[in-house]
Amino acid sequence: MTTSNDNGLLADHTALAAGLPGAGAGWIDALRADGAKRFAGLGLPTRKVEEWKYTDLSALARSRFAPCCGAAPAHAKPEIPAPLVKDGPQAVFVNGRFDPELSSLGGAPEGITALPLAEAIAQMPKLLESYMGRVAELGRKSLVALNTAWLADGFVLHLAKDVRLTRPLELVFWGDSGSDGERSAWHPRHLIVLDPGASATLLERHIGRTGGHFANSVTEIAAATGASLRHYRLQDEPGDAVHIATTEVALSAGASYESFVLSKGAVLARNQIAVTLQGEGASASVNGAYMGRGSQITDTTTLIDHAAPGCTSSQTYKGVLDDRSRGVFQGRIVVRKDAQKSDGHQSNKAILLSDRAEIDAKPELEIYADDVKCSHGATAGELDDNALFYLRARGIPEHEARGLLIDAFIDGAIGTITHETVRDAFRDHAEAWRQEGGT
Amino acid sequence: MAIAQATIDSVGEATDKYKYGFVTEIEMDRAPRGLTEETVRFISAKKEEPEWLLEWRLKAFRHWLTMKEPTWARVGYPPIDYQDSYYYSAPKSDADRPKSLDEVDPKLLETYEKLGISLKEQEVLAGVRNVAIDAVFDSVSVATTFKDRLEKDGVIFCSISEAVKKHPELVKKYIGSVVPYSDNFFATLNSAVFTDGSFCYIPKGVRCPMELSTYFRINASETGQFERTLIIADEGSYVSYLEGCTAPQRDENQLHAAVVELVALDDAEIKYSTVQNWYPGDENGVGGIYNFVTKRGVCEKRAKISWTQVETGSAITWKYPSCILKGDDSVGEFFSIAITNNRQQADTGTKMLHIGKNTRSRIIAKGISAGKSQSTYRGQVRINAMAEGARNYTQCDSLLIGDKCGAHTVPYIESKNRSARVEHEATTSKISDDQLFYCLQRGIPQEDALTLIVNGFCREVLQELPMEFAVEAQKLVGISLEGSVG
Amino acid sequence: MSILSIKNLHAEVDGKEILKGIDLEIGAGEIHAIMGPNGSGKSTLSYTLAGREGYTVTKGEVVYQGKNLLEMLPEERAQAGVFLAFQYPVEIPGVPTVTFLKQAMNSVRKARGEKQLDAFEFKKLMDARLKELNIVNDMVRRALNTGFSGGEKKRMEVLQMALLEPTLAILDETDSGLDIDALKTVADGVNALRAADRSMLVITHYQRLLDYIVPDHVHVLFEGRIVRSGDKSLALELEEKGYTDITGAAA
Repeated sequence: MTTSNDNGLLADHTALAAGLPGAGAGWIDALRADGAKRFAGLGLPTRKVEEWKYTDLSALARSRFAPCCGAAPAHAKPEIPAPLVKDGPQAVFVNGRFDPELSSLGGAPEGITALPLAEAIAQMPKLLESYMGRVAELGRKSLVALNTAWLADGFVLHLAKDVRLTRPLELVFWGDSGSDGERSAWHPRHLIVLDPGASATLLERHIGRTGGHFANSVTEIAAATGASLRHYRLQDEPGDAVHIATTEVALSAGASYESFVLSKGAVLARNQIAVTLQGEGASASVNGAYMGRGSQITDTTTLIDHAAPGCTSSQTYKGVLDDRSRGVFQGRIVVRKDAQKSDGHQSNKAILLSDRAEIDAKPELEIYADDVKCSHGATAGELDDNALFYLRARGIPEHEARGLLIDAFIDGAIGTITHETVRDAFRDHAEAWRQEGGT
Repeated sequence: MAIAQATIDSVGEATDKYKYGFVTEIEMDRAPRGLTEETVRFISAKKEEPEWLLEWRLKAFRHWLTMKEPTWARVGYPPIDYQDSYYYSAPKSDADRPKSLDEVDPKLLETYEKLGISLKEQEVLAGVRNVAIDAVFDSVSVATTFKDRLEKDGVIFCSISEAVKKHPELVKKYIGSVVPYSDNFFATLNSAVFTDGSFCYIPKGVRCPMELSTYFRINASETGQFERTLIIADEGSYVSYLEGCTAPQRDENQLHAAVVELVALDDAEIKYSTVQNWYPGDENGVGGIYNFVTKRGVCEKRAKISWTQVETGSAITWKYPSCILKGDDSVGEFFSIAITNNRQQADTGTKMLHIGKNTRSRIIAKGISAGKSQSTYRGQVRINAMAEGARNYTQCDSLLIGDKCGAHTVPYIESKNRSARVEHEATTSKISDDQLFYCLQRGIPQEDALTLIVNGFCREVLQELPMEFAVEAQKLVGISLEGSVG
Repeated sequence: MSILSIKNLHAEVDGKEILKGIDLEIGAGEIHAIMGPNGSGKSTLSYTLAGREGYTVTKGEVVYQGKNLLEMLPEERAQAGVFLAFQYPVEIPGVPTVTFLKQAMNSVRKARGEKQLDAFEFKKLMDARLKELNIVNDMVRRALNTGFSGGEKKRMEVLQMALLEPTLAILDETDSGLDIDALKTVADGVNALRAADRSMLVITHYQRLLDYIVPDHVHVLFEGRIVRSGDKSLALELEEKGYTDITGAAA
């Protein structure tokens, strides 16, 4: 065991893993053991790892964690919001565990399998075996390895050929772990598999009451030919939670993936999204807005890998940072050797509202094919003085004018959401964040 | 496909055009092979240096022993055996240094003339070139022109060895002040073993009456070249400095690890331009210079440093001319063209560190990749918390010619000040078929069309070069793209 | 004497046949207009004649001044006097227009075995042409076509035509994107370049251009073939009845 693991993140793995769902099945034992072995070797990433240059996990590494994955009950009754679309399917997780009482999945229509991971392990082991750990390669990524070591809870969605899930499937994560004593860590693991021509909308809400917890989720998404997924995530974790979400997406020919992350909660949040455009003509639209105050750190790290010809990708991110908060944006576009006719664009714009806020951006282009159109742009600055003055000259008080400008700025990203109801809801969340700060 | 292929072919011929690849037969005086404290002492003794400088070198050498070669750049090369190289090589005639140009070995003069650089002042006076030149041949300054004219204005322009002897107070004060001896692996190595380089001091309020220029040429084989340049622009002064580099064609790789330090005091301005045309190796990547260079300048109040570079040579380029914008209202600029072809690798860019209030920086980088080459722009813009009102604008454009090369952009943008404004834009695309066809339809042949378009692509940077260099650089762009239509 | 002779020309783009057997004879000094609805193959014809990559001739022949045009490289066609006025002239940032013009001119002159012009001679010639065409000097100092208005771009095409003195000028939808004043200016420029040894192929969607550049012959292109030919009155008939009537009758 390396020192970074003395914090209990892997404590008693061998013994505890034997009691996890599916234990005894060779492939799942091997997967968990491999994850544990790799994490033991790597530990939590330090700032010496280039991808973690700007985000420091040393405080997390110094914490003491309770043994993993015990069913920690919520301190008080969870407040689960109604589904965004009336009577829509909703799966609720409390402190990382699926809660059948609070969930309302209804009867899944023909061709749709929507199950908590533990059940899926029992019911559809073949599908799981062929996808789990294949989309998100363990490689050097220690957090994916850690998640895999404890792979037990999460959600599985499978859509058969040409099946369309019209209402958004909601996953609600309620965190209420308290913040005294040992910290809780949980590692939800999700798998979304869309067969050719299928389409779905997935909405995640990460909310809660109190939390010194460390949520380390991994989502694997495989979209076959012509399939499409819209994936929206609201990250509004309580106060001192650490939220790290890794999403790995593999797109076949003509498949499409739209993603939006609104990141406003947690003391430290990192959304890492990797999309591999594996088939010709696949497309990805990966967007988000991040907002920070207090001493929050909000990190967005993306990798769009154009591995096949004729694919398009676009990324639009906006950030607003107040107080001593810090925003990190690392966005990489790779175009492989034979991925001709690639079109990849990325934009990250951040506004600093306070003298002590900070933004660190590292947009990156790595291009090995010539017939491409790729670009990135990044800006950092404060609200436009001219616009502010213009609004005030029209009689709008300064703080309202600032509010208008902040909303308009964020809206440039939120406007990319193609699901109208989600778009409106996210807009409200962004405005609420702004109003909480008194602007 | 015919056009695309023809384009690739025409670019592919570029290395055949390395016309500076001749070797000059001159008797050399060398330090024994390898690198030990003794080597450092040998170099220092050869140059009759004062004790403080030897101590400084030794401090650097001892520190260097504790350092690891950096691996973060996107360049790959077999491990360098630092013990299997010569660290000091001077033309024999250096033993009794030429007192004037008339005494310079005629072979050397011939060498420079082959490069199109005349060291003869009368030619310069006749209007061929209004540039004072310090010629550095295998790390040793062999001649500096126009000294008398410059001295009238109090401008000091000489080799750094001479400066150590004649102006020790200036050298002692500023050497290592911008690039400390412990800065990085290559700079530290340079601090231990540098042999020569140019020194220049512009007194208060003086506008240097002519362009100052250094031509560097590596001639001896298996010899690393470690020159060190120090330019000090005193308050309110101005200087434009040009640097040109060539090397002969050789099979083995030669190491070039230079350090350039610029000091721009209050209200001073330094314009530093480079045309780097070291031997790039052949089409299979055999030979060529490893160019690991540390260049940095510090700006005091209202001072300005402007780096312009045209990088077409070297097997590997590792180079990030930077500005420390320390004084309020100071300005840093970086204009760059990097052309790579065949198996060349370039990882180059800049750092702009905004410390003072209302500091401004501008970065324009143009990369052209062809053949099987890899080109990376790597840059950092950092706005410190105190840099109220700082501004940065960065534009990086990459052009790809052929489908076997790569172009990469890795900027680091860090802002800790609300009132600062940072803008970064980057694009990557292939040379436009529409533009090529349009030129062809007007009767312009393939290779000329390519040169025309690429020169257009680079124009913003070419315009920044002083007249004396602009024509040369434009030709160089042409040469690297020249070739017959396949 | 025939300048251009097109026989049974078939051409495809991206594997799709666009030209399906064009026959056309253009004599010295003649002006031919080709009219046709969108997608009839007008631009494909002009690019195929100019030799653009991706426009593949699958059948037929094109003889230009007794030579097989299809065997020549694009720049050789230009040097031999085939000039294409682009529908969308290309912007080349950073390349001063005057540099481009001089290089084009000298490339053509060199290929024709004529003396290349030095900067002074070129400037004299260019200034004369600018004056004739009423173009302000400012335009040639800017980067080629970069940021030019639609009218400026088309006038730049005419200026290039005046400098390169082609034997066959192909005007690809020169009227597109121009208001009536700009159209008239451009047409005046073209008319000034009419000559007994200069043939023109005017490609257009609308008849209005032909009010200003009056053709000797008019052809209707439809689905990759010339379905009707006539004199200038055919253009007026088209204007009156629309394409559907004419092509419908021909089909």
